Formats: sequence, structure tokens, C-alpha cells
Amino acid sequence: MDRREALFRYALRLGDDSMVLGQRLGEWSGEAPSLELDLALSNLALDLIGQATHFLGYAGEVEGKGRTGDTLAFHRDVLDYANCLLVEQPNGDFARTIARQFLFSLWRKGYFEALRGSSDTCFAGVAKKAVKETAYHLRLSSEWMVRLGDGTAESRQRVTEGLDWCWRFVDELFEVDEVTRVLVAEGVAPDPAALRAPFDVEVDAVLAHATLVRPAARRGVSGGRSGHHSEHLGHLLAEMQFLPRAYPDAEW
Amino acid sequence: MAQALAPRDWPLWEVFVRSRGGLSHKHVGSVHAADPDMAVEAARDVYTRRMEGVSLWVVPSGAITASDPADAGELFEPAEDKVYRHPTFYSIPDTIKHI
Repeated sequence: MDRREALFRYALRLGDDSMVLGQRLGEWSGEAPSLELDLALSNLALDLIGQATHFLGYAGEVEGKGRTGDTLAFHRDVLDYANCLLVEQPNGDFARTIARQFLFSLWRKGYFEALRGSSDTCFAGVAKKAVKETAYHLRLSSEWMVRLGDGTAESRQRVTEGLDWCWRFVDELFEVDEVTRVLVAEGVAPDPAALRAPFDVEVDAVLAHATLVRPAARRGVSGGRSGHHSEHLGHLLAEMQFLPRAYPDAEW
Repeated sequence: MAQALAPRDWPLWEVFVRSRGGLSHKHVGSVHAADPDMAVEAARDVYTRRMEGVSLWVVPSGAITASDPADAGELFEPAEDKVYRHPTFYSIPDTIKHI
């Protein structure tokens, strides 16, 4: 695989992770348990969509076929989307949303901290900015993990189930494949597998504070990076892409 | 956790934002939250979306004692005609710039 192809596919992964999770969090708008949480989750969504704008825009430039960030976001179908499976899962209840956010933000923070040192100036620049956003996302979701875990019997049960549901999608975050191998060798991307150990330590620390335990180890579900998505992504994209596809000349 | 509170039982906190170093915190509104750390996060999410400031204070609303509007007459009107309390009777030389 040549460098340009790897770079393009890598930028898509980063962009699609942010795009899909931003879209999912946007679904909480108007539906969150409190006004404060409604704004918090919407702020998170906006941060993520901002990141997606940068990554997908860069992907279009690298590809060099005239596709923009918008074209990539709104005119690719499921098989061409490269997000991880964790972010496309339905929100479920608030506890499951928080569990997903906690795992994703914890992984992402370590990832972006390493990406700041990328030999690619665009990725390094976006990572520098995104680290601060992600630090807040992690703070918010960790604090909520603690309050749900060490809360009422109901909140504890819900967050335990939410965490258990999300756990099967964690291994995929640390996968290595051809794209990552090429870019790790070039100093563009951090080695995903190296981030697993610190991630596990951090997870255990927060879960201990939340009086929760790490879910039992199990075979991870994977395939998102190569376009093999769960059924859920199709529904999400159908809703997200309906307007630009139905009215391709629309501008606002 | 001290106690587990449902959203309808979350206490109210008054939020103060300082827009830049050296100025004072200004009251901007209130949030509901279960505890102080959550109150700071709620205030950050609700009141600092547009770069309103660099510092946040949150205070439980119950900790604030406010003057009774019915007492406004006796509390504040007597100060209206005491012009000698204002520092306006000094003549400051032009060469002094910052005072």
C-alpha cells in the first residue's frame, strides 16, 4: 500500500470516528436528562464534528480527486466508512452513552497526545487542539461514570450493563493493520497496540473510584476499519445524508 | 457519594464568570447540579460556550443572603445626597496619568 493511500484511509478513520460519534451525541439534543446535560452532550458533539471537519477535509486533499470534507461525509455509503464499531452503536440510555463516551475519550486522549508528535503537520496540528477538547470529554464522562457507578441501585445497574455492552468494541480501537503499519513506520501515526496498557490502567482507576469492576474479557468485535459495519451505521447515515443526497445543489 | 439525588432534587448554584484576569467575577445565571464538581462542569457547559471567560465560581444559592427589596429605601436612599463621599474634589495634575 503506498503512502498516499494509507494517509487517505487513516484520515478517514479519524474523521469518521469523530463524525459518527458527533452524530450520535447530537441525537441527545432536546432529549437529555437535564438542561445542563443537554448542553454538555451537544457541546461534545460540536467538538467532535469540528474535528471531523478537519480530518475529512484533509482526507479529501490527500486523495486529490476533488472530494471535500462535505462530499466525503455526506456522499459515502456504509462500506466506505472507516469508523470503529463503538461509535456507531445506538445511544441506549444515558448510562450506556456515558460508558461509550468514557471508553472512547480515554482511548482518544492517549491517542491524540501521541499524535501531536506526528511527522504529518496537519495531524499534529489537529491533535494539539483536539487534546484539550478530549481532556474535557474524558473529565465529564469519568465524573459521570463515578456518579452513576457509586449512585443509586438503578444507576449502578444501568452503567454496569452499558459498560458491559460497550466492552466488546474496545479491542478494535487498538488494532494494527496494513494502514497503521505503513504510517507507524513513517512516524505519522502512533502505534495503537502500545496504548493499550496505559488505557487499561486508567480504566481500572476510574472504575475503582466508581466502585465498578472491569467487564469480563471476551472476544472483541471488529471490522469497522474495513467497512464491515453493524446494521446501525446504515440507519444513521440514511438520516444524516438524506438532505444532501435528495437536494444535491442545496446551499446554505 | 454523600447521597444519591435524582435530577429533580439537584440543588441550585449561582454562577459567576470572570472574563479576563484582573477583573471581577460577574453573575451570569444559575445551574442545577448534584455536587460542586458537577456544578463547575455544568457552568462550563452552559455559560462559557462563547469564550465568556477564564474563571468560574459556583456558589450554592442557599449560601447567598440577598437584601430584601422592600428595605431598599432605608438601605440605599440615604447615600443619594452624600456627594462628599465621592472622590471628586481633588484636582489631579495633568502629568499624572494613572490614578
